[in-house]
Amino acid sequence: MSSTPLLDVQDLCVTLRTARGPAAALRGLSFRIERGQTLGLIGESGCGKSLTALALMGLLPDSAQVSGSMRLQGQQLVGLPEDDWCRLRGHRMAMVFQEPMTALNPLHPIGRQIAESLRLHKRLDARAARAEALRLLQQVQLPQAERRLDAYPHQLSGGQRQRVVIAMALACGPDLLIADEPTTALDVTIQREVLDLIAQLVQDLGMALLLISHDLGVMAETVQRMMVMYGGQVVESGATASVFEHLAHPYTQGLFAARPRLGLPRGHRLATIPGRVPALADLPAGCAFADRCGRATQACRQATPPLVPVADGHQARCIHLSEAAWA
Amino acid sequence: MSTPLLQVTKLTKRYTLPRAHLLAAPTEVQALQGLSFSLQAGRSLGVVGESGSGKSTLARLVMALESPSSGSVTLDGQDLHALDAAALRQARAGFQMVFQDPFGSLDPRQPVGRIVAEPLAAQGVLSRAEQAERVGAMLDAVGLHAADADKYPHEFSGGQRQRIAIARALVTSPRLIVADEPVSALDVSVQAQVLNLMQDLQDRLGVTYLFISHDLAVVDLVCDEVIVLYQGRVVEQGSPETLFNHAAHPYTRALMAAVPRAQPGARRRGAVAAVPWLDAPGGCPFVGRCPDRVAHCGQARPALRALDDQHGVACHVAGGSQFNHSDQENTP
Repeated sequence: MSSTPLLDVQDLCVTLRTARGPAAALRGLSFRIERGQTLGLIGESGCGKSLTALALMGLLPDSAQVSGSMRLQGQQLVGLPEDDWCRLRGHRMAMVFQEPMTALNPLHPIGRQIAESLRLHKRLDARAARAEALRLLQQVQLPQAERRLDAYPHQLSGGQRQRVVIAMALACGPDLLIADEPTTALDVTIQREVLDLIAQLVQDLGMALLLISHDLGVMAETVQRMMVMYGGQVVESGATASVFEHLAHPYTQGLFAARPRLGLPRGHRLATIPGRVPALADLPAGCAFADRCGRATQACRQATPPLVPVADGHQARCIHLSEAAWA
Repeated sequence: MSTPLLQVTKLTKRYTLPRAHLLAAPTEVQALQGLSFSLQAGRSLGVVGESGSGKSTLARLVMALESPSSGSVTLDGQDLHALDAAALRQARAGFQMVFQDPFGSLDPRQPVGRIVAEPLAAQGVLSRAEQAERVGAMLDAVGLHAADADKYPHEFSGGQRQRIAIARALVTSPRLIVADEPVSALDVSVQAQVLNLMQDLQDRLGVTYLFISHDLAVVDLVCDEVIVLYQGRVVEQGSPETLFNHAAHPYTRALMAAVPRAQPGARRRGAVAAVPWLDAPGGCPFVGRCPDRVAHCGQARPALRALDDQHGVACHVAGGSQFNHSDQENTP
């Protein structure tokens, strides 16, 4: 094995064209993932986490401007022609979407949908692809897999559909699995099972996992490293344990405090983050979080804060970190 | 105790499924199987359970959007399903609903003022000017501005849209609000704002909530009492403190074990078996997934029995009192 990382993203910027002018949706994203590693992306809607997934999968709208670098085992993905993307997608990297009902085609039996990428990328004939589809359904522990090969998505429950979507993603043995809110549409008990399944498969198959979620709890239990995103930037990144221990960035603290938790007294008022996520088209100059931040000073609004080290391999984008002793 | 605001009695709902093939007998699914509970005015009842447990069917029946197969829903002494169409329309002022998805539940082509005024317009009691005044007051109460009435839903964020939906539900001064997963589509920080708002409104207006959620922490925060549904039956009920600190039913414990905690490294695996054992005829519906089952569980259906005056459970094994046969009955 060479020392080339599986996925190396450097200074990725994405600008979208909107009715209100260009919107800097991703502003200088950098990270690496190796095989067998799990990385989480957390943030609220509009922070750029799903856009990161779309950029990695080459699924951005044609009008989007992309700069920076994304290398998959050394291969530059930025500016890749569509034909080459088609050879990568579903083969070297695959995605699990949030809503399994819309990710599946309602008009085709699930066996055929799983077989599609096998026939396309692996050139399997119909019989071999069907046999492989069955093996995959068994791998994702779909009950009565044999009988279900010819079932349609509407005949399955939400959790079962998500297993099918995972089976589709795994079909060609991808190096990188991107899961965008894979359990948000599911019940807690099913969520637990699906997350366990994904974690197990990542471990067994030696894939890299990029997990996108808005749920701190899901992050805590599933990924080794995490990045907190806000306004198209990473505002905190580090080993999951370290991020939870330090909660260095005020936004991370706000997210943590706003979570309803079991055992809070009735009538307890949850801490809220005042204001709302800024529209990407008119991000404030300086720190994107300054308008909602209790610690913001004049200096915060002048320049984008740099990433400041918090602990080993753990950084946060805040100029007030040295005052971290605040409650 | 005074007369409850909402009384649900032996509520049953069956849906007929399409035939598997032309000559097959149509199968039925029992969405609710003899559900009973009551809710006092000004309090909040949480309903938790997985999808398919009957939560949303319950909401639809309480809202009189569908008729029950048997049983009754009584609001303020009035049996909602016995009313004729005109009387029901008038009665609807007394109970309103907040839906899960604030993007799907607001008509994108209508200004917010029209959306919020719609329940008033349906009642046809107030004049246009009175309606507009009431709409302005309601938008104000949920933390928006009266001037927002002229804007359209797409101009608002998810949390603001859910505020609009709450304003619409409150505009007729209902006594009961049925909220079906009202915050599950919202971001964490916004979810906190909406939950705080719902609690404030309850304190100020004395409104009663039937609060349906899959999120135990949300229910714990907002509700005075909780019922846990499994396959259309109440398997446990009690105050959130009792329920979440001393969960007696194995299903409640499984739900709680599945909640992700924000503590890194605390991976817990294999909480419950994946597949419900579909139908143990006459037995406990949870028996196929239950870690505590004994032979008896497959034979007799446990009835809801009191562990103490605040806490009920439908389980043969829970609370140590095994096989107390006088407590059991085979519900039809």
